[in-house]
This record gives sequence, C-alpha cells and structure tokens, in this order.
Amino acid sequence: MPRHPIEPLYRVEYLSILGSDGQLDAELEPTLDDDTLKRFYRTMLLARRFDEFQLKLQRQGRLGTFAPSSGQEASQLGAVAPLRKEDWVVPSFRELAAYLWRGTKLDQILLYFDGYNEGAEPGEDTRDLPTAIPVGTQIPHAVGLSYAARYRGRDEVAMVFFGDGATSEGDFHEGLNFAGVFNTPTIFVCQNNQWAISMPREHQTHSKTLAQKALAYGIPGIQVDGNDVLAVYAAAKEAVERARSGEGPTLLECITYRLAAHTTADDPKRYRSKEEEEAWKQCDPLRRFRRYLEDKGLLDDSTVETMEQEIEQELKQAWQRAEKRMAELTDPTVIFDHQFAEMPPYLQEQRDAFVALHTGKKESKDG
Amino acid sequence: MAKLTMAEALNLALHQEMASDDSVVVLGEDVGVDGGVFRITEGIYQAFGEQRAMDTPLAESAIIGIAIGMAINGLRPVPEIQFSGFSYLALTQLESHAARMRWRSRGRFTVPLVVRMPYGGGVHALEHHSESKEVFFSHIPGLKCVIPSSPRNARALLVSAIRDPDPVVFMEPKALYRAFREEVPEEEETLPLGKSRRVREGKDITLISYGAMLHRTLEAAEQLAKEDGIEADVIDLLTLSPLDDQLFSDSVRNTGRAIIVHEAQRSFGAAGEIIARLVEHAFFYLEAPIERVTGYDITMPYFAREHEYLPDIPRILAAARRALST
Repeated sequence: MPRHPIEPLYRVEYLSILGSDGQLDAELEPTLDDDTLKRFYRTMLLARRFDEFQLKLQRQGRLGTFAPSSGQEASQLGAVAPLRKEDWVVPSFRELAAYLWRGTKLDQILLYFDGYNEGAEPGEDTRDLPTAIPVGTQIPHAVGLSYAARYRGRDEVAMVFFGDGATSEGDFHEGLNFAGVFNTPTIFVCQNNQWAISMPREHQTHSKTLAQKALAYGIPGIQVDGNDVLAVYAAAKEAVERARSGEGPTLLECITYRLAAHTTADDPKRYRSKEEEEAWKQCDPLRRFRRYLEDKGLLDDSTVETMEQEIEQELKQAWQRAEKRMAELTDPTVIFDHQFAEMPPYLQEQRDAFVALHTGKKESKDG
Repeated sequence: MAKLTMAEALNLALHQEMASDDSVVVLGEDVGVDGGVFRITEGIYQAFGEQRAMDTPLAESAIIGIAIGMAINGLRPVPEIQFSGFSYLALTQLESHAARMRWRSRGRFTVPLVVRMPYGGGVHALEHHSESKEVFFSHIPGLKCVIPSSPRNARALLVSAIRDPDPVVFMEPKALYRAFREEVPEEEETLPLGKSRRVREGKDITLISYGAMLHRTLEAAEQLAKEDGIEADVIDLLTLSPLDDQLFSDSVRNTGRAIIVHEAQRSFGAAGEIIARLVEHAFFYLEAPIERVTGYDITMPYFAREHEYLPDIPRILAAARRALST
C-alpha cells in the first residue's frame, strides 16, 4: 500500500507588468489603445481625488461614515475594465474606482454616504448590485447571477469583489465551491489590501497566498500585483474571457494596500506603523501608471494639471448637485417604499400613522 | 380530482409550475436524482434535467445566496433547505440580502425566490429536525412566511409563492406530509398570500392556529361542540407574514374569546403578536383573557417526549373551557 501524491503539485503564479517605478515588462504589456489608457488614468485620478474630497466632507460633518479606497484604484479599475456593460458587478463596500468606470454618478455616491435611500438606487440598466456591507455574503450572489445567465444561454459573466478578511468567511468558501461544481462564469476578485480593520493579512489565514485557496475548489487562482493596473487588467481579461467561453470561474488575488483608514471611524495608527504606510506609498498605483504613460508620451505635467482642474470642478459640481437634491428630499415616507411589491395592510396603517405624525410636526413648525 | 398527500400535492405544484414557466428551477441537497429526502421534488430531475433540478453541495448559506443571484437575474428559484433546523446558516442571506434587495435598490432588483423547508415535530426525528422557528423569518421585513395545513392549500399556496414577486419562506409541516389525503384538482389553483381562512364557523370562541396544530385545534373544536355545545370559530392563518389581522380580529369582535395554538415556543412567538393585534383591534370586545396553547419555552425535546411538548387536544380544551367559564 504505497503512499504517493495524488494531486499534481500546484503552483500559484504572480503577475506584475509595471515595476514600482513604472518600468515595463514589454513582453507582458496588454494591448490597449491610447485613449483607453488615458481614461484609465483619469478614472483612477478621479477616484483618488473623490476619495480625498469625501474624507474632507466627512471631517467637516457633511458626510457619513464611508470606506476610503485610496491605494486600491488599480485593483478595482483593472478588474472591471475588461467587462461589458451587460456583465454583472457585485461589489462589497470599497469599490469606488470600479463604480466610476461603470458609470455611477458622483452625486449618487454622496447621497448614499449621506444616508439617503435614493443614493442606493442603481442607475437605469446598470448591472452593478448595490453596496453590500456584511463581509463576504455577496460572494454567492455572483455565482447565482452567472448561473442564471448561462442557463438562459447568454454569455454575460459576473464579477464579485471582496477583501482579504472575507476569505475567512464561510460564504467565500461556499461560493467558490459552488462555482467550481457548477462551472459558472464567475470572477472572484479579492482585493488583498493587507488589513481587515486591525487584523493583518498573516493573521487572517496561515496560507501563504489567498490565490491558492482556489486550488481546493478545483478552479484557477492567480496572484496579481494589485497596484499595477496593467497586470490586474491582463489577469482579469484572461479570467473574463475564460468565463465567457464556458471555461469556468477564476479567483484573482490583487496584492494592494489600503492607504487610508478602514472607514472614517477607524484610526490605523493604533495597529500599523508609519513606516509600513510610507513603504506602500512608494508603490502607489497612480504614480506608477503615470510614469508608464509619461514614458509612452501620453501624459505630461500640463495634461495632468488640466485633468486635476477638471476633476476639481467635477467634484464641486457633484457636491452642489447632491446638496440640492438632499434639500429637495424632504419626504421621509420613502422609507416605507419597496419593502414589498405590494404594501400589506398593517404596513399601510403604520405608514398612514407616520404621515399623520409628520404632517402634525410640519404644521406645528409652520404654525 | 385525485386524492393526494401533502407531499404529492407539493410535488404536483412544482411539476406544473416548472412545466409552465422555464424560469422556475429547484436546488438544494438531494433534490435532484434522489427527489428530496421527503420526495417533494420526486421526478423533477428526470422531467426537467440537472440544469433545473440542481443537486447542490451541502451548504445552506450558498444555496440561498446563489438562489438570490439567480432571482436577481430573472429566474424563480425554489431552493430547499432539507430541514428548517439547518436554515439558520442561511439567515444572513435571507435577512441581509433576500429581504432587503428590493428596498435597498429602490425596486430595481428583486428576489422572487421560494425557500421551501420542512419544519415542526411529530415525526420522531433526531435533534434539530423538529423545530418550529417560523418567527425567525416572520420578524424580517420584506420576507413572507407561508405555512400550509392541507394538501390542497399547500399546492395552491406553493403555486402562489412561486409566482410572488417577493421572497417567500415556505414552511412545510412535515407531520402533515403523509398524514392524510385530500382531493386536489389537476387544473391550476392558487390562494392569495397574506390571507387567512375560516375553516370552521362558530359564535362562541375563536381558535387561531396554523400548520400541523390546526388539525388538533379542529378536533378540539369538534369535541367542544359535542361535549359542551360550544361552537368555535377556527381560523387557519396560512400566511404568518404578512399577517392577515382582519379575519381573526373580526372573529374575536364577534366571539369575545380567543385561544391561539402553535407548536413553536411561547415567548416572543406568533401568539404574542396575534394577541397584540387583537388588543389593538378587538380589545373592547374581549370577554376573557386570551390564552396561548404552545410549545414550552424549552429546547425541543428528543422524540420520546416530544408529545409532552406539543400542544394536544386536552390542553386546547382546557384553555378553551377556562376562557368560556370567564
């Protein structure tokens, strides 16, 4: 009775195309036209500036708690860039650059983080699900969305985002397992940003990589330099094409770093060092990509300056629109909307009582 | 009309709905080749293939989570949780996603799924196989909770649940799966969700129940008529959430007395909510304190003693007679 290996030894590949200074591995360079490359940069820059803008608003007490995404723009944008409009995106709560690339309006995001139901309303025809706050529980949804698409004979795929912390959740494992068993066109994007609030990645799991967890479910897993937008794009494109052609799911582990706090209610100084943050700033995805674009002659100081000015205007206008809309959203009865397709009688009674109460309040204020 | 058991009637509903609507799919543990441990999905795999009768890995959260994704993308999945005692693993999916997606997305994304699960005691099962936790689901806004009591209404309610635009937890009293047969028409039949039903007319006292306990309640009502000359009005809730408080409130305004019977534990149970609604809608008509005949506030006992836990006819009669003597 021999003892011998029955599973071939598994290798986890790591993909990086741009070095930390923006130098290129030309052999791996994906084919992207100049215009798309510039749009990549502009979206990443918009996401960064919007993140900073939101932080300012939050600190001024004009915005609620939100999860900053600075540092993770390449992971998010590179992943969704190969998708088509009819593909599904299942976000967690830190996918700003992905949202912006997919067309979510800035004022809509501001409305959401200012606590208005209307901010969570997805745009017409969008196939991006709303923000999912419970960690990892959105993962199986992507498997179901993509199963349904394949069942209908449509070649759409579903891409789901989650963090390193989520890989400890049961739904991560259950979702990957189902995707493997049913061979669904699903792309699992783990943004390994090194920290789940105060918990470092190495305390989250004893595995050397998160990508290798795909092995247990019989699906491919790859680790990517998540601060290298070209590498994320190339890996995601491969995974999307594989999914679309019926070859099944993929797990992408994007190695990145959350440059800011977990949320605006968190203080990273309590659990991580300034040195670590500084070291990761050297691999800033925007800086690296800008160098690459400058080397290609697609960007220079003056074009970036113009972009910055445009973005500043865009942010100001978005906030003005959001403020104007919030001023108009004076009817709180919307909280009763859409609980069921049809409102049950007892809920209608509660709503009527609420309306009466609110009308009374308004009258006493006016009178 | 064929005389069917509840198990057969549910199976009929699934076959007919799947034949008429190709967006209906079933998924769960052993629901395909095996036809389900209670045979509710018997023949579905053979008739509709593995794409529509998915034998899934053993993972309740993913079964519901995946069904949510399928529902958002246009299907009408009918996942089965093998026993309701294992549904808690999927509670996050139900509470945090299925029940909220319509609300969260302002009506853009909806989750028309039906989670079927056998529940309740009385079949001499192992631990965790006999619980009645319907209030877990009934407490969640956006989720419907339906409990049939006979083959015919089980079939009609399951058809309505599958066609409903909102997520439904469909709890099947497993003690009734094969307890008796009833005429079930071959042609389509539906029953509205959120509507209870008067199953016996009477003017003296209102007995409110659902699921397997309805039958003991009805037997008790017959005994009251025979032995005490008392005519009980018996209400079968059929849907726990959204709760129809009209019919039982009307009944109690007429009788002035009410007893509520369920096998779930008493504290924070359905009877508590029903009494609150009666206080709101029929307080000034009450002639006697309302009593609850329910499971005790203990862990569901092992089967050798489950009959001691479950409400029985003597307990229902005693409660009714106390109310009538006030």
